[in-house]
Amino acid sequence: MESGPITGPVLTDGVAGETHPRSADLSGIPAKPNPAATGENGGSFWRRFIFRRPLVALILQRFGLSVGLLFAVSLMIFGGIEALPGDFATTYLGQSATPQAVENIRKDLGLDKPWSERYLSWLGGAVTGDFGTSWASKNSVSEQIGNRLGNSLFLAFFAAIVSVPLAVGLGMLAVQFRNRLPDKIINVISLAAISLPEFFIGYLLILFFAVQLGVATFPATVYDSMSFTERLSAIALPVATLVLVVLAHMMRMTRAAILNVMSSAYVETAELKGLGTFRIIARHAAPNAVAPVINVIALNLAYLVVGVVVVEVVFVYPGMGQYMVDAVTVRDMPVVQACGLIFAAFYIFLNMAADILAILANPRLRHPR
Amino acid sequence: MPDLLSVKNLKIEATSYPPGEPPKVVTLVEGVSFNVEKGKVLGLIGESGAGKSTIGLSALAYGRGGVRITGGEVLLNGRDILKLDRSGINSVRGCHVCYVAQSAAAAFNPAHKLGDQVIEASLRHGIMSKEDAKKRALYLFRVLGLPNPESFGERYPHQVSGGQLQRAMTAMALCPNPELIVFDEPTTALDVTTQIDVLAAIKHAIEETHTAALYITHDLAVVAQISDDIMVLRQGKTVEYGTTKQVIEAPKEDYTRALVSVRQAKRDEAPDQSGTLLKIERVHAGYSNGFKVLHDVSMHLPKGQTLAIVGESGSGKSTLARVITGLLPPSEGRIVFDGKELPKALKGRSNEELRRIQMIYQMADTAMNPRQTVRDIVGRPLSFYFGMHGAKKTERVGELLDQIEMGSRFLDRYPAELSGGQKQRVAIARALAARPELILCDEPTSALDPLVAEGILNLLMKLQEETAVSYVFITHDIAIVRAIADSVAVMHRGRLVRFGPKSKVLSPPFDDYTDLLLKSVPEMEIGWLERVLKTRRMESAGN
Amino acid sequence: MNLRAIPISAWIGIAGIALAIVCALFAPLLAPFGETDVVGEIWMPAGGEFLLGTDNLGRDLLSRLIYGARTTIFVALAATLISFALGMILSFTAAVTGGFVDQLFSRFNDLMMAVPTLIFALVVLAVLPQHLWILILVMAVLDSTRVFRIGRAVALDVAVMEFVEAARLRGEGSMWIIFREILPNTLSPLLAEFGLRFAFSILFLSTLSFLGLGIQPPAADWGGMVKDNKDGIIFGISAALVPGAAIATLAICVNLVVDWLMKRTSSLKGGRGDA
Repeated sequence: MESGPITGPVLTDGVAGETHPRSADLSGIPAKPNPAATGENGGSFWRRFIFRRPLVALILQRFGLSVGLLFAVSLMIFGGIEALPGDFATTYLGQSATPQAVENIRKDLGLDKPWSERYLSWLGGAVTGDFGTSWASKNSVSEQIGNRLGNSLFLAFFAAIVSVPLAVGLGMLAVQFRNRLPDKIINVISLAAISLPEFFIGYLLILFFAVQLGVATFPATVYDSMSFTERLSAIALPVATLVLVVLAHMMRMTRAAILNVMSSAYVETAELKGLGTFRIIARHAAPNAVAPVINVIALNLAYLVVGVVVVEVVFVYPGMGQYMVDAVTVRDMPVVQACGLIFAAFYIFLNMAADILAILANPRLRHPR
Repeated sequence: MPDLLSVKNLKIEATSYPPGEPPKVVTLVEGVSFNVEKGKVLGLIGESGAGKSTIGLSALAYGRGGVRITGGEVLLNGRDILKLDRSGINSVRGCHVCYVAQSAAAAFNPAHKLGDQVIEASLRHGIMSKEDAKKRALYLFRVLGLPNPESFGERYPHQVSGGQLQRAMTAMALCPNPELIVFDEPTTALDVTTQIDVLAAIKHAIEETHTAALYITHDLAVVAQISDDIMVLRQGKTVEYGTTKQVIEAPKEDYTRALVSVRQAKRDEAPDQSGTLLKIERVHAGYSNGFKVLHDVSMHLPKGQTLAIVGESGSGKSTLARVITGLLPPSEGRIVFDGKELPKALKGRSNEELRRIQMIYQMADTAMNPRQTVRDIVGRPLSFYFGMHGAKKTERVGELLDQIEMGSRFLDRYPAELSGGQKQRVAIARALAARPELILCDEPTSALDPLVAEGILNLLMKLQEETAVSYVFITHDIAIVRAIADSVAVMHRGRLVRFGPKSKVLSPPFDDYTDLLLKSVPEMEIGWLERVLKTRRMESAGN
Repeated sequence: MNLRAIPISAWIGIAGIALAIVCALFAPLLAPFGETDVVGEIWMPAGGEFLLGTDNLGRDLLSRLIYGARTTIFVALAATLISFALGMILSFTAAVTGGFVDQLFSRFNDLMMAVPTLIFALVVLAVLPQHLWILILVMAVLDSTRVFRIGRAVALDVAVMEFVEAARLRGEGSMWIIFREILPNTLSPLLAEFGLRFAFSILFLSTLSFLGLGIQPPAADWGGMVKDNKDGIIFGISAALVPGAAIATLAICVNLVVDWLMKRTSSLKGGRGDA
């Protein structure tokens, strides 16, 4: 699991009326270009471009940053591992292996070549979708991942379409009843829910729904010949677990984001214009609240990608997460590296989406001076 | 004829939630009554915490945060709006009574065009058709002197300057043709030269449209220009209530008298300005991103005297202070102190050099470590520069506290337990503890209420007489310059405009900028605005 | 500090944490049976001689739970302490030094945070040998990225305040500025963050153990106990849920205390908060 639902990015103290892209996060982009500074120097093409099309420039910058990050991560996943102590060949064969056997296996796995060469060929393969062969099963990693990635996305997708409307709805409910009983109840329950480990929720649901009531299936196995409805019923419990895991955090962040907008000076202005509640929310609060809320959702979806790891193990669901955990226990490095890179790619992509949505929603950037 | 607005015996309370304590009910306003006739302007004046904004919002039956109106009546055309239901209140707000906030930048919705926001209330209340509302908005943009009034409404709030936004907010309030507008410190956040334009625009617009107004401000000189009546408030209660003429020219209460006379102090400059303690020679400075702030600035200050540096925001006056302290090394030029050139950067200076120049900040709140007591704050320079400790140090801290007229009983207080003025005094004591020869004062009084500010200025003058310390006093306020300076430097956009003895700088012939600056400072005199506007071209194209 | 000002929720949290710590400290005295002793049939129901029943090998669940508190809290606390020390030192250095050092540390931190913690841990633990101290170090290093981020933000917030500038102008050294000017003003938010990181460490450790990558058997730890007993679930045996509940309860207790700490964190301007 990842720190997402426990600490989470703080959205609460944005300046009223100004939606900052989360520049403190991994983006590292300037919150907004400084026209005074860039305009005076004028110089290069890029500077002029930033000045004239700050929105496009920022998005391009953010995109470039993500690509760079992904590249650096690939280097870390591959090269960093090389730097760590421990020899794959010994691990692979066990401590009692003869030096000759170790030597053979090194050659077999291609470990005798310099690591830069192996990295380049690995990266070249990864870009074209070829992750080599598994040490354990000798099967193509890409083939295995192809099946399992679909399963994982299927799970995450349904978790998302249940949790997102639910979280936004509950968040709005909490705002509506701010500091009154419903809000306090939601607050206490969500605080507790944040503290529950995924596997605890998972087994609790299994014990109750699958074993005692017998209304759900366990383990949640899916195979190719299953019909769509059969699949749905198989993933009901894992989806419910994932929803419970992300819901509380998404809801708390949504609440904070909406409250931030509702307490802004321009909502007060709208109130002092004598506008009705509906008009204030629809016309004045919503356009400014949509962006942070979408940002919240994107961040939590990024977490969801990671949450599937534990949930898949609990429910014995044939997805990427289980594949990776199995590979880690038998130290099947090509699989571990491939899965690690794909998970990281999803995570980086969703974080980028969150940032770009925040940039898009900022009227200061959409309508430059 | 009944009054347009009649407030009777108003009582306003708020619930505060101090951390870790049970909630407390605080009375913000009590027993306040006033009337506003059609087309007249009532000025509400008071220091921070006087409850003036809270009273202003009560005219819209609105309480900010946990604020509640718990007693009295607010009669609008004879009808108590406090007794109205939600839709009744909504039909008053934005229709009969409109509001202009202090910070227009925050009060405009960043997601919508200015024009749409200006005409929104008129349309939603069905006061006029969209065509008519647009025409009226255009008319108001013209009256308020906004640039390119035809296309102004197409712009977004972040695309126009602060002064323009404040005028747009006034247009927004005037658009539905209300009977009353509440102006809540509409010019406080603006520069002096911008403030006068906005003030003139507001005055012109409400005269033109015959709208009544509540004008809330802390600046008596400002309200004297625009209001027919004035109510002076203090700590939620009425101090004095009368016509503008009576309050300004013949105040009855001591408090009002003090407010009226607060800006009148003048000091004669030192006759001999020949010696030199500090010399700034042809300084250029800028930030690492290439943005140049100071261009070729030179000035000097004799020992034991005060040099006032005047300018608006962006003039580079605070940057100059950073250059003198070494926080921002100049790119060219040099700083000579007591005949010796100072190392450019802070790191290169010895503790002795640092000791001789001390600094006082604008916000005493952030200038003192909130986790240290007064004893620690004032005592640190003593142990750091002079190695004092124990009883000797405590004794010296006590002496310093006596010097700033506070006394030893404040030794173990934390900054949070002090008032704004007391904090600034402690900051002065901390500077004095180093026995400096020069104190840089960066707007030390501009965050304070006028009477408290005057106390601080008097203290600084007294200390100068006692210890012969020199001051570089950075300010935007000409009245302060008159009160304390020996010599004056006027800065504008990073350049020195004028420098010399006070008597010369502040008397004609003026350059354009100094002229503009001097004529922009409101004076405690009815009719000053009209008089000055005749001699000064309104800069409608500017802010 | 006023004891009566502490809300009930925080008292519950403090009581829960205290109970867990007592279990951890005095495990051999409190536990009715040994940590790894097989004392009965497998998966015996709760009640009778074995208060919470027995586990998949017939060991007393209550005893293992008490010993498990020891392992879980020790490892989580050690990881949190190291991650805090590391994160704080690096973040304060970055914030006070600024410039190139700050850029270097921050960009590297961004890179570390671009990979989800669990995925990162899985990749690293696949290579490293299984040792307790390696586990603690991996957890600490991964977690320190979060500490770095918040530590730097908090330190920068304070470092730009004028009283820090005033100390610089006085000629104070970096040590004085960090320890006497900045640190006292960052304690409250950092204390809350410490609680948050500790709760996260408990959950993270449990997750790793549950996946079979954390603490290795036969030592008892809560996440590992869930893994040991998970096969009983389909037979309706709830032995796996007992350690799961223990993890959840401890994490909730820590979060309750953190929630209270965050609320009472007064602003830097002296706690005159505008409600």
